[in-house]
Amino acid sequence: MEAIHPGTLLAASETATQNLSIFAPASPAAQSIQDLAILTGAIFALILVLVEGILLYNIWRFRARAEVTAEPAQVYGSQPVEIAWTTAPTLIVFFLILAITRTLWQAKAAQPAPQLDDHALFVKVIGHQWWWEYRYETYDGRPLNFTTANELHMPVSETGQPRRVHLTLESADVCHSFWVPRLNGKMDLLPGRTNYLMLETELPGLFLGQCAEYCGDQHANMLLRVIVEPPAEFERWLANESAPAAENVAVQTGREAFMAESCVNCHRIRGTPAEGTFGPDLTHLMSRQTLASGEIPNSPENLTDWIHNPQTTKPGCLMPAFDLSETRLEAIVNYLLTLR
Amino acid sequence: MSLAPPAHPFENATHDGSGRRFGLTAMLHTWTTSVDHKQIGILYILMSLVFLVIGGIEALLMRWQLFFPRAEVLAPNTFNQLFTMHGTTMIFFVGMPILIGLGNYLVPLMIGARDMAFPRLNAFGFWITLFGGLLVYFSFATGGAPAIGWFAYAPLTEQTFARGPATDFWALGLLISGIGTIAAAVNFVATILAMRAPGMTMRKLPFFVWTMLWTAVQMLFALPPLTAALVMILFDRQLGAHFFDVQNGGSAYLWQHLFWFFGHPEVYILILPVFGMISEVIPVFSRKVLFGYEFMAAATVAIVFISMGVWAHHMFCVGMSRTLDLVFAAASLLVSIPTGIKFFNWLATMFGGRIRFASPMLFACGFLSMFVIGGLTGIMLASVPLDFQLSDSYFVVGHFHWVLIGGTLFGTFAGIYYWYPKMTGRMLSERLARWQFWLLYIGFILTFGPMHVSGMLGMPRRIYTYDPDRGWALWNQLTTLGALIQTPSYAIFVYNLVASWRNGTPAGDDPWDAWTLEWTTTSPPPSYNFEELPVVHSRRPLWDAKHPEDPDWQYE
Repeated sequence: MEAIHPGTLLAASETATQNLSIFAPASPAAQSIQDLAILTGAIFALILVLVEGILLYNIWRFRARAEVTAEPAQVYGSQPVEIAWTTAPTLIVFFLILAITRTLWQAKAAQPAPQLDDHALFVKVIGHQWWWEYRYETYDGRPLNFTTANELHMPVSETGQPRRVHLTLESADVCHSFWVPRLNGKMDLLPGRTNYLMLETELPGLFLGQCAEYCGDQHANMLLRVIVEPPAEFERWLANESAPAAENVAVQTGREAFMAESCVNCHRIRGTPAEGTFGPDLTHLMSRQTLASGEIPNSPENLTDWIHNPQTTKPGCLMPAFDLSETRLEAIVNYLLTLR
Repeated sequence: MSLAPPAHPFENATHDGSGRRFGLTAMLHTWTTSVDHKQIGILYILMSLVFLVIGGIEALLMRWQLFFPRAEVLAPNTFNQLFTMHGTTMIFFVGMPILIGLGNYLVPLMIGARDMAFPRLNAFGFWITLFGGLLVYFSFATGGAPAIGWFAYAPLTEQTFARGPATDFWALGLLISGIGTIAAAVNFVATILAMRAPGMTMRKLPFFVWTMLWTAVQMLFALPPLTAALVMILFDRQLGAHFFDVQNGGSAYLWQHLFWFFGHPEVYILILPVFGMISEVIPVFSRKVLFGYEFMAAATVAIVFISMGVWAHHMFCVGMSRTLDLVFAAASLLVSIPTGIKFFNWLATMFGGRIRFASPMLFACGFLSMFVIGGLTGIMLASVPLDFQLSDSYFVVGHFHWVLIGGTLFGTFAGIYYWYPKMTGRMLSERLARWQFWLLYIGFILTFGPMHVSGMLGMPRRIYTYDPDRGWALWNQLTTLGALIQTPSYAIFVYNLVASWRNGTPAGDDPWDAWTLEWTTTSPPPSYNFEELPVVHSRRPLWDAKHPEDPDWQYE
């Protein structure tokens, strides 16, 4: 497997049409749901053809003809017939319940506890208006303890060696829902409740999704990006994310400006005095492909525009415009550009 | 049964001949102070039609915004206000009032009663419902409508997230219109239990009356939890209570249970009366008695009770236990059994008949052919794991519009085309009816069919825009195109109502050669409904009168 550079993925996402179809499963869970969809769809089609067929036959065969004027024979009902068409749907329902039970027990398993050498990744996902916070807890039984935002990196599974990702879902404010159709069904993030979801795929690459529970003004731009990488590459990413922020004397003015402005009230840059937690963690901002929860590519121009006035890109979002002078804005952007 | 041209209800006021200005005042006075069930019924229907137009305009604005990816026709918050108001309007101020209105007009006439049991309560119910609707819309005057979605999930409705008074107007408006609905429900139950014509036992009720009875029962069960939830959210917002305020020990999950305990039976409140209307229209236009009346009646009751226990199928993604998921999935699937029985009985009623495709039957066939699809996608959504994918996607939007338009609306049009001659004394234009039907039928399929596809392609509902690389643009454009094809059909309908009321062919007492009691009196009926109390021997009193040699009561 060749290494996938984040830049090439982004370029691809800008040109080609992305596939978010529930009929393109890339995980065992999504696969079993697709199987159920095909089964119910087939039953659906059979019943539909039967009912519409009878209806059309009735409409054609028993339409009023001018030559007949007498009332047709009045048939008040028939108990055997009624029993027959009560029993048939009951049997179908019974069969469907069995099929649903099987898939349900496959798709929604209890979350295990992390263990040494379990090849599993545990991430706590916290929904915010309108971005995703990811707290990486353990991988392979090793504690991780770093936080990132909006782009979830996970290792790819191989035949015989699953690398499962166990998500613990919580919300910091209102209800949200985590939905990456090709990897699994959705699961809500409710304040005051803890939910679980498992991802697992043998397909490396980028998987898209978005928040699926209406959560206010920018619900539409609470996008999800899941980046599935080969284990070695994923380990490299982990090592980079775990480190504190890079220090670079060349951008000292920008760093000072960032620390002096109210940026620090909401954003954290590990290894610096910036300890805010209301907004996304910026420690390794430049390792992300996108800004504003997946809405725009992470380029210096977009970053400048975003800090200048986030409200033009994402009207209603909770980050205000700070009326920064041009030099100060440029200094802060230059500083952020070093956070790789 | 007089054949003299009947006095027109809208013209009653001018009969004293004292001039137009006085006439208009008098007419307004008559209509606003009326406690006559027929006038109140018509008021309900007119109110619903006005709100239907408003809700439709809101839908068109949303479709305009979604036509192109990343379009900037509407601001995000405006879009969110529109889908909140569209849903609230269509459910509470179009769907329920139009069915309550038809029931109001028809139930006393069909059971041979002079009026509803409590005429003043009836008038109160209408006006409080109307004022509830106006109160919700008054939120626009306070700087914007609520942007919370029609099921208003907490804690997005809390003061912290929904600042400004819009959400309070929304909650108050629904609260008081709910009181109107309860009033109507009490009235239906009392009327149907206590005021039937001599000989009309409970087993001989016209089928529409039977479904109205059970709709009313369902309203009495479903509305109180909603009322309680609305009071709780108002307490939270106005008095600093913490029912749904998670930071202070409240529960967001609680709101979902309370709301859907109302919200799911509500769906059946919107469809049961339509089942009733269809069960009147299909027999008359197939010239056959309703097949399996007892099974149909039992199926209605089964739907009412089973549907009280299925609400959490709206909540499969909130992380309930697998056992709870399965219980609610099984209960939801069970509803399909009595619904299936109804379908087969309608088809059996048509089988061997002599079917006339007048406008009511045309819409009834539209109902039969479309509602079955809405029911089947409902079965897909009840299959829990599949719902993990489809829940809150456009598939759901497609599904419930299929049920509410393909089911409720087509059925209601069948009912309006069937009974309009009784209400006004004039026939609606059949030519316009056909234009309306085909534009609606094609436009409807084109609007809501592609929604199922965009949902399966991963498009969640309630998003004001989407990225071009998602592959959803084509499906959204088809949907918008469908909406544009539908639009003229509603205009044709309104024009038909107005033009036929002025110039339609006189209908006579019994234009469809029908069998229930309302067709024995004049069109429109006099304020006292019947000159003499009818005596009933069977479910089809007029069949008995028209076929004395072979009356129904010999077989029932």
